[in-house]
Amino acid sequence: MAEKQEILEGAMAVAHAVARCRPEVIAAYPITPQTHISEELSQIVADGELDAEFVKVESEFGAASVILGASATGVRTYTATSSQGLLLMSEVLWNIAGMRLPVVLACANRSISAPLSIWCDHQDAEAIRDCGIIQFYAEDNQEACDQHLIAYKVAEDRRVLLPVMVNLDGFLLTHVFEPTILPDQQLADRYLPPYEAVLKLDPANPATFGAFTEPDKCMEGRWMVHDACMRSLPVIEEASAEFEKVFGRPSGGLLEEYKSRDAETILIAKGSLCGTIKDVVDEMREEGTKVGLLRIKTYRPWPTEAVLKAVSGAKQIAVIERGASFGAGGVMTPEVKETLYDAGMQTPVSGFCVQLGGREVPPDGIREIVDRVASGEKQTAYEYFRLKTEILPELVPGA
Amino acid sequence: MSDKLLSLDKLSIGCVAPPGGSVANKTGAWRSMRPVYKHENCIGCRACELVCPEGCVFGNAKEKHFDFDPDYCKGCGMCAAECPVDDIEMVMEEK
Ligand code: SF4
Ligand code: SF4
Repeated sequence: MAEKQEILEGAMAVAHAVARCRPEVIAAYPITPQTHISEELSQIVADGELDAEFVKVESEFGAASVILGASATGVRTYTATSSQGLLLMSEVLWNIAGMRLPVVLACANRSISAPLSIWCDHQDAEAIRDCGIIQFYAEDNQEACDQHLIAYKVAEDRRVLLPVMVNLDGFLLTHVFEPTILPDQQLADRYLPPYEAVLKLDPANPATFGAFTEPDKCMEGRWMVHDACMRSLPVIEEASAEFEKVFGRPSGGLLEEYKSRDAETILIAKGSLCGTIKDVVDEMREEGTKVGLLRIKTYRPWPTEAVLKAVSGAKQIAVIERGASFGAGGVMTPEVKETLYDAGMQTPVSGFCVQLGGREVPPDGIREIVDRVASGEKQTAYEYFRLKTEILPELVPGA
Repeated sequence: MSDKLLSLDKLSIGCVAPPGGSVANKTGAWRSMRPVYKHENCIGCRACELVCPEGCVFGNAKEKHFDFDPDYCKGCGMCAAECPVDDIEMVMEEK
């Protein structure tokens, strides 16, 4: 096997992994911390290493629109964005999902304004949670690369035909140099044969994608997006298993159970934060605390069955998030609660927003969460962990 | 490929439809106000026909007689607003 490890920046590694998937149309608009992905891809195309059309657009709305149109003509497409850029794309992304176009995109996760921040959290991706895009979350750069290949495999599967977004934490992954294996081109070609669309835009056979429907059909049209999402669950597992067979290393999948099989306290999280959590789990395990991590790799569709199986033995669960639903609670926390409730289980679940806008949660923060939930502390509301109340202004001016 | 496309009674993957959808989909039900073409002062200027965003005004300039197609009229009121001789009136749709 010709694959070897190289020390690569996350964004650049992703760009090269994407190039080996041979997308034919790429459109992107620069936004920190995504920029290095599209910059490098444009270089790869300019150097003649990838036979693709790189469309320079005026905005992320334009990027998503170009990709939509290109995908509808039956070619493999790619874009990448972050934060405000993803939100600007969102109107088009709902259309891409509804039109069942197997677009693959990356989101270099970054906070949403205001206040303005360029650093990582998951609110951008979570804001488009419900649009019918399959969402993967990477823990490290190798996984971010591999998930792109799996993304195309799943997106283009006729049981699915949906867009897939690979989430990689902005800066924490995109700008970090790690030893990474880029997929060998021959293996990538074997894993990903050329895309063949079922229906495509063709002047000889005119058709409208995502056409108008009356109330007698619209709900069924939307339900088909949900149905395809649910159908993707076994397809993601199959595509991940095939990835391992072809490339000789495991990657992808729905979730990772890390020392959680016999754990009394299970932490649930996604993204690069899981690296820190695993270190804390290791330390606390050595001290005799029965703690484990359930890492969500596929967040949409929500892998209900797999989550339930993974946490069914836990005495208490803490969901550690980089997101929030202002005016309600967490984002993933209620989903874990719903999963348990529907199965008739009453395991206490606590939710913690540990990071917004790049705030670091040190290992002692994770440890504190484990200690608190393990001691039986009952939570009444989603907690903004270690909120610095001392820097807050008068919350009701003039009161 | 037409069997894979959206038709009047069946959906398709991605809701992909053959041409002619805007004729098949009647938009008249979107209306809360409807125009009444009074046929009193019409000068045959064709303004109503030209501004109608639905292309659903028909008539004959020589005979100074125009009317709209209730199957597609959305009741936007542009024809009534543009008629230079107030020969079109918008009334509440009651049915
Ligand atoms: S109300 Fe609007 S849609 Fe109806 S006929 Fe007049 S211009 Fe056309
Ligand atoms: S706009 Fe008025 S005057 Fe002109 S053609 Fe129409 S109804 Fe007649």
